[in-house]
Amino acid sequence: MNFYAIKAIYLFEMARTWRTIMQSIASPVLSTSLYFIVFGSAIGSRMASIEGVSYGAFIVPGLIMLSILTESISNASFGIYMPKFAGTIYEVLSAPISAVETVIGYVGAAATKSIVIGTIILITARLFVDFSIEHPVWMIAFLVLTSVTFSMFGFIIGIWADSFQKLQVVPLMIVTPLAFLGGSFYSINMLPPFWQTIALFNPVVYLVSGFRWSFYGVADVGVGISLGMTLVFMLLCLGGIGWIFRTGYRIKA
Amino acid sequence: MKPLDSLEMPRPAGTSDPIITVSGLTKTYASGFQALKKVDLEIRKGEIFALLGPNGAGKTTLISIICGIVNPSTGTVVADGHDIIRDFRPARTKIGLVPQELTTDAFESVWATVKFSRGLFGKPPNPAYLERILKDLSLWDKRDSKIMTLSGGMKRRVMIAKALSHEPTILFLDEPTAGVDVELRRDMWNMVRRLRENGVTIILTTHYIEEAEEMADRIGVINKGEIVLVEDKHVLMQKLGKKQLTLHLQNPVTSLPPELQSDNLQLSADGTELVYTFDTQSQETGIARLLRRLSEHGIDFKDLQTSESSLEEIFVSLVRGRS
Repeated sequence: MNFYAIKAIYLFEMARTWRTIMQSIASPVLSTSLYFIVFGSAIGSRMASIEGVSYGAFIVPGLIMLSILTESISNASFGIYMPKFAGTIYEVLSAPISAVETVIGYVGAAATKSIVIGTIILITARLFVDFSIEHPVWMIAFLVLTSVTFSMFGFIIGIWADSFQKLQVVPLMIVTPLAFLGGSFYSINMLPPFWQTIALFNPVVYLVSGFRWSFYGVADVGVGISLGMTLVFMLLCLGGIGWIFRTGYRIKA
Repeated sequence: MKPLDSLEMPRPAGTSDPIITVSGLTKTYASGFQALKKVDLEIRKGEIFALLGPNGAGKTTLISIICGIVNPSTGTVVADGHDIIRDFRPARTKIGLVPQELTTDAFESVWATVKFSRGLFGKPPNPAYLERILKDLSLWDKRDSKIMTLSGGMKRRVMIAKALSHEPTILFLDEPTAGVDVELRRDMWNMVRRLRENGVTIILTTHYIEEAEEMADRIGVINKGEIVLVEDKHVLMQKLGKKQLTLHLQNPVTSLPPELQSDNLQLSADGTELVYTFDTQSQETGIARLLRRLSEHGIDFKDLQTSESSLEEIFVSLVRGRS
C-alpha cells in the first residue's frame, strides 16, 4: 500500500477545499439555511406535523441528504475531472499507485468534505428548529456511507465527463430532481398509491428514509431495506470504478 | 530479443547492462492508427540516450507506455529488472517523467506541488532534498508562488523539479527544450550532465539535433513507429558521416574529362564548382589523386573547403531513405 501517495492525493484535494472555502462550504451551508428559513420556519410553522414530527424537524434529514448528494458528486467529479482537463493526470498515471489507492485518495477527500458540510448543516439546522437524534450511531453510519457512495458516483462522472457541461448535467438534471422527489420535503406516504410505487424506484428515497429513521425512528421504508439499497448502490459504483481502471476508460489510451 | 544472460557480444567501453528493455512493443490506438510497430530497444544504465524522430514518429507514445500513461497493445517493457505492468510499483518508483506539454496545476504553490509529487511516488517527506532541487533549478525564491503566476520557462523548471522529487534513477525528458530560452536550455543541460554524473539514466527526445549531438552517448532514430537505428553517437557520425571537398574553379568548365567522371564527383550547373564526396573512414580518401588529375588536365582552382555532415543531415537522409 502506497500510503504516502494516498496522503498526498487526500491532502491535495483537501487543500483545494480550504482554498475555495467560500464555494466549498459556505455556499451549501447558506443555501440550506435558506431552505430552513423558508420551509422550516415560514411555511413549516403553518404545516401539520408528519408522523408526530414537526415539519421543520421533519425536513432536516432530507436537506442534509440533499446537500451531501450534490456536494459529494460535484466535489469528487471536479476533483478527478480537473487533472484530466489540465493534463496533470499524467503524474497520477505514471506514479507507483494502484487504482484502489487513487480512489481512496480522491473519494476519501470528497467524502470528508461532504461529512464536514453535513455536520455543519446539522448544527446550523439546530439554530432554526428543535430536533433530536434517536440513533446517533446509525445517523453517522448513513452519513458516511452516503458520502462515500456518492463521492464514488461523482468520481465516475468526473471520469466520464469530457466537457464542463457534462460535468454539470448529471448533478443538475438527474440528482437534484431525484433528491427533491425522493422525500426530502415530504413522506412518500403522502403521495397517491401509484406515485408511491414509482417513488420506490428512486434510490434517494431509501437514503432519506433511512437517514430520517436514525433521527426520529420513523421511516417510509424499513431501515434494513434502506441500508441494503445504499450498499447495493455502493457496490454498483465500486464495480463501475473497477471497470474504469481495468479498461483505462477515458484516462488511458 | 536475446535473453539477458547471453550477452556474449562485446560491448563498447564505458557502457553497462540495460536498465530498460523494450521488446516487441506495438501500439495501435482506438482510431486504428499504429503508433508503434514492434519496437525493440535497450537503454543502458547511466547513459544519455537521445531519441530522434519527426513529429508523429512515436516518440511520445513510446515514452508514455514506459511511464504507464498509455497501455501497450502488445510487447513488454522491463525497467530496472521489473516488468512495467506486472511489477509496476518498483518499476515506476525508479522513473521520472518530464512530459512535453506544460501541464501544471494552477493554484498550488511550487513547494506544494513538488511535495505532492514526492508523496505520490511513495517517498517519505524530505524537505532538505526538495530544497536542494528547487535551488538547483533556481526555483527556491518562487517556492511560495502560485504556479499560474510563473513564466513558461519557470513552469518548465517546476515540471523538472516534480519529476526529480522522488529521486528517480531513470529520467525521461520529452522535448525538454522546446520553446525554452537560451539560459534555461544551458541550465537544463548542465543539470542533465550533473544527473548523469550521479548515475541517473537519461532518455530525451528532441527536435534540436545539435543537442543530441552534443549531449547524447547513444542515439536512436524512430520513424513511423519503427526504430530505424540505434547507434553510439560517435560511431554513427563516423559510419554515416561523409565529408565533402568543394573546389571553386578558376575558370568555369563545361564538362569533366571522361577519366575524372565518377559518382563521387559532381560539377555544379554553372561549371564553377566541383564537389567531391569521400568517406572519412576509408584508407584512401582519393583527394591527392583527384588534385593530381585536375592539374594534369589544367583545371585550376582558387579556393577549396571541406565540410562534414552533421547529425541533422544524417537524420534527414535516414528518415527520407526509409519513407
